[in-house]
Amino acid sequence: MNRQLLLGAEAAALGALDAGISGVYAYPGTPSTEITEYIRKNREAALRGVRSSWSANEKTAYEAALGMAYAGKRALVAMKHVGLNVAADAFINSAITGVNGGLVLAVADDPSMHSSQNEQDSRFYGRFAMVPVLEPASQQELYDAVRYAFDLSESVKLPVMLRLTTRLAHSRAGVVRAPLHAENPLHAVLEPERYVLMPQNARKQYNLLLGKQENLERLSEESPLNRMVPGTFPVGVLAFGIACNYAMEVRETFGLDVPVLKISHYPPPRRQIAELFESCETVLVAEEGYPVYEELLRGWFNDRNIRGRMDGTLPRAGELDTVLMARALGVALPEPAPVPTIVVNRPPELCRGCGHRDLFEALNRVMESFENRHVFSDIGCYTLGALPPFNAIHTCVDMGASITMAKGAADGGLRPAVCVIGDSTFTHSGMTGLLDAVNDRTPVTVIIADNDTTAMTGGQESAATGTRLHALCRGLGVEEQHIRTIIPLKPHLEENIAVLSQEIAYDGVSVVLARRECIENAARRKRSKNPNPVNQ
Amino acid sequence: MQNNIILAGVGGQGILSIAAVIDLAALHCDLHIRQAEVHGMSQRGGAVQSHLRISDREIHADLIALGRADLVISVEPLEALRYLPFLSPEGRMVTATEPFVNMPDYPSLDALLTELRRTGSPLLVDAATLAREAGSPRTSNMVMLGAAAPFIALDPSQLEAAIGKIFEAKGEDTVAMNIRAFRKGLALSQP
Ligand SMILES: Cc1ncc(C[n+]2csc(CCOP(=O)(O)OP(=O)(O)O)c2C)c(N)n1
Repeated sequence: MNRQLLLGAEAAALGALDAGISGVYAYPGTPSTEITEYIRKNREAALRGVRSSWSANEKTAYEAALGMAYAGKRALVAMKHVGLNVAADAFINSAITGVNGGLVLAVADDPSMHSSQNEQDSRFYGRFAMVPVLEPASQQELYDAVRYAFDLSESVKLPVMLRLTTRLAHSRAGVVRAPLHAENPLHAVLEPERYVLMPQNARKQYNLLLGKQENLERLSEESPLNRMVPGTFPVGVLAFGIACNYAMEVRETFGLDVPVLKISHYPPPRRQIAELFESCETVLVAEEGYPVYEELLRGWFNDRNIRGRMDGTLPRAGELDTVLMARALGVALPEPAPVPTIVVNRPPELCRGCGHRDLFEALNRVMESFENRHVFSDIGCYTLGALPPFNAIHTCVDMGASITMAKGAADGGLRPAVCVIGDSTFTHSGMTGLLDAVNDRTPVTVIIADNDTTAMTGGQESAATGTRLHALCRGLGVEEQHIRTIIPLKPHLEENIAVLSQEIAYDGVSVVLARRECIENAARRKRSKNPNPVNQ
Repeated sequence: MQNNIILAGVGGQGILSIAAVIDLAALHCDLHIRQAEVHGMSQRGGAVQSHLRISDREIHADLIALGRADLVISVEPLEALRYLPFLSPEGRMVTATEPFVNMPDYPSLDALLTELRRTGSPLLVDAATLAREAGSPRTSNMVMLGAAAPFIALDPSQLEAAIGKIFEAKGEDTVAMNIRAFRKGLALSQP
């Protein structure tokens, strides 16, 4: 057998290519980024002409994928969990219209928040939208599940969510490919009664969606992704997604013959779950994420004999692992060796030579002179400016929020109102907020840290940088004389301080474009020109 | 056979190349593999680790359980200690001794070495010097792989073949230099 070693994210990508997608739409975000990167680098995809460039944000990505599915083709859309907040309007409503060609949403959650602001569980959105959700437990199962998801999407005419979590997305394993499924022919149908969601159509469509639910549950009961591993131990495990891996690990490592019902296809199959509850004294509900189904099951089974995250048998927050699972099943484990006290934390930091460093140095010098030193900021490498030695920024909430929060604070009377946002974040969702500020003539200074790339997630192309950013700000109505460009480099420090001071003093909307290429990207460019670089 | 290995270091130090070599060698030996790695924020100079598991049976979990690692390979001494809770009582610790200092409260090397020695019989490797001898400081990760090779459930010749494949695209000189580095490390533990 010809096995390829792939990250889970890459297995999802290859699964989608082999399932015959005609395009992938995505905005980067850990741990989902490698799905699209894999397709972008794949030679077969390029030969086939699979559409794969980065979208401006998750909402535009989702809608474009929906359009491709409308035209009868198979489309993949990929994002991280918080990206689905941005795309939620499109996602929820696409369940009401339904799809024509297959539409699969690959969404990667980040329990334990390795690289995220929160650990929200995308299965909530799946339930909310009332569409099938698949949550495979291994890289091979993930590869196979993508094709299954496209077939399912076309047979029930609904988008299908494929939920990944960090440990599956960012772990490698051997994967065997299946034969290629040909791309669908173009097949757009005029069905305004489905796609024009005016109330009279929407009500019909919503009832249709409700009517599909029984069939969706029946499909789960028969799904190859759900299966029972019998056992004699009085406590059974109801293991969702990769939680199953830890339960299986406990079975083997500690010789505990626990029955395990693995669920990787939602809505959850009620009959199989009821059988587990009947055959066990107690059931441990293990979910890699929020207790989404534990909460539901406590209702179904009158809160009896259920253990899980809600009663503290498993921790309420954070990802699962083998030790947590073993302890929850009553295995007595010796305390592991402690980490010696001299081992201090090593937080990430801005690269040596990064332009953001020079920007923060200048900005700190300017802000020193004010009593109110609040700097609103956003998500990207520049968020690391919140840490010492800079301590230069004071907020980071969700993409785009720097401009709008600064605006609101200015409306409330805060002076000066200053914010820092990256180039990719600005085009993701900063532009609309800037328009609000222009329309209100709010005194805010927007500093766009333009490093010509989406650096935090590994250097993807940004939707607009450089002179195009200038033109965008101009087009949104910022006055030409208050769009200034600085170069964040040591020799320009005094000049940059002067420009920042002038614009912060201006009683209206001003933009300072701090332009300098990301040094990681510059190095990558150099390496690709040099055929013989040393070690990685 | 099951081999649980933790690879540790600082973002940018090249632990993923070590993982790639072991992965490829294990793939050639038809073994099962799971190798979890860190992408994203921490890669910017933060602590990074990879859980690498190889086995002749199916592997379920991507993560190694606390106290179950057979081997910790670290390219940095402080980072080696961070993963002590994972090391099994019979496990081996193999670490480079050159500190990577990018925080103000980094402990003294003496204190680190004392703590390391307390863990049993760690293999302490002056990887920086050996890597320079091999031709480039950037090969220190392959020195570490060589030094740890006797504790990995794969034949060193398989690892060497995999180094050839992994660095193939970067030219013969790079391959030769990395193999030299690997052998220098190997010679430490297999005199
Ligand atoms: C809604 C949402 N989508 C994606 C992400 C992931 N993400 C975090 S930072 C970032 C890149 C920001 O790029 P840019 O603003 O250009 O700043 P840089 O990292 O280049 O400094 C992305 C994509 C996120 N946190 N939230």
